[in-house]
Amino acid sequence: MAHNLVFFYGFAALAVVSTLLVIAQPNPIYSVLLLILSFVALAGLYVMLDAPFVAVTQIIVYAGAIMVLFLFVVMLLNVSHEHAVADNQAASDGGGPTVRWFGAILAGVMAVELVWALNRSRSVGAALAGAERETAWSVEEIGRILFTRYGFAFEATSVLILVAMVGSIALAGRHLSGKKAWRR
Amino acid sequence: MAALNHYLILSGVLFTMGVAGVLLRRNVITMLLSIEVMLNAVNLSFIAFGHFLGSADGQIIVFFVVTVAAAEAAVGLALVIALFRHLETLNPDAFRQLRG
Repeated sequence: MAHNLVFFYGFAALAVVSTLLVIAQPNPIYSVLLLILSFVALAGLYVMLDAPFVAVTQIIVYAGAIMVLFLFVVMLLNVSHEHAVADNQAASDGGGPTVRWFGAILAGVMAVELVWALNRSRSVGAALAGAERETAWSVEEIGRILFTRYGFAFEATSVLILVAMVGSIALAGRHLSGKKAWRR
Repeated sequence: MAALNHYLILSGVLFTMGVAGVLLRRNVITMLLSIEVMLNAVNLSFIAFGHFLGSADGQIIVFFVVTVAAAEAAVGLALVIALFRHLETLNPDAFRQLRG
């Protein structure tokens, strides 16, 4: 079982370090690639939590589709270091370091508060001991629950996807048919 | 064996990093990435609770969160492209007037 703890700390450290670098990175391309690394670490944690199907979905859908979409946009807009520098200059006449420090302090306070509060949840974990299953959830079991108890939510999700698709085409694809066609 | 509070603390730390990214960075794409970080932190706590409660509901909710994240990313990036076409910048401070 100590074996398990080593994996937990390994994946957790990988996730925390790569997420920190995502935030600290001036170049968005590296941010996107590091976020993929963080998602892979989280997928490892999901496997440890007996959710292998979610782990695979995380890799395929998040790392494979959503992050590639981000990468496409970063490369399409061609935002490089020059833009980052210009953005920092623009930020300094808007907010400046005071606002930035305020944000950093707020985030630090929130981190301390959350860790303090969640550390007290140890008794909850102890109360739940023994409830966990011995085996991982299979795709069949998850599919059965998804299409019976959560069938309505599943259908509503398809409508949400359709709305997002129509919205993004209306927002980003208006040059395809020319501005006049859009105004009409 | 890692206990429930280990996972919850990791989830809280990741969530705070997402909040810090939204508060500190002045680049719309990085801010959207930080929102993804926050969504993933919440996913981790859902899966952890689902595991320790012996229930599949946590995993089901994670699927819906991933779907919503995909929709949010598509619309958000479309907005970023539209704004970039107008103003040639990704700095959110430059987006002061949104009257079209």
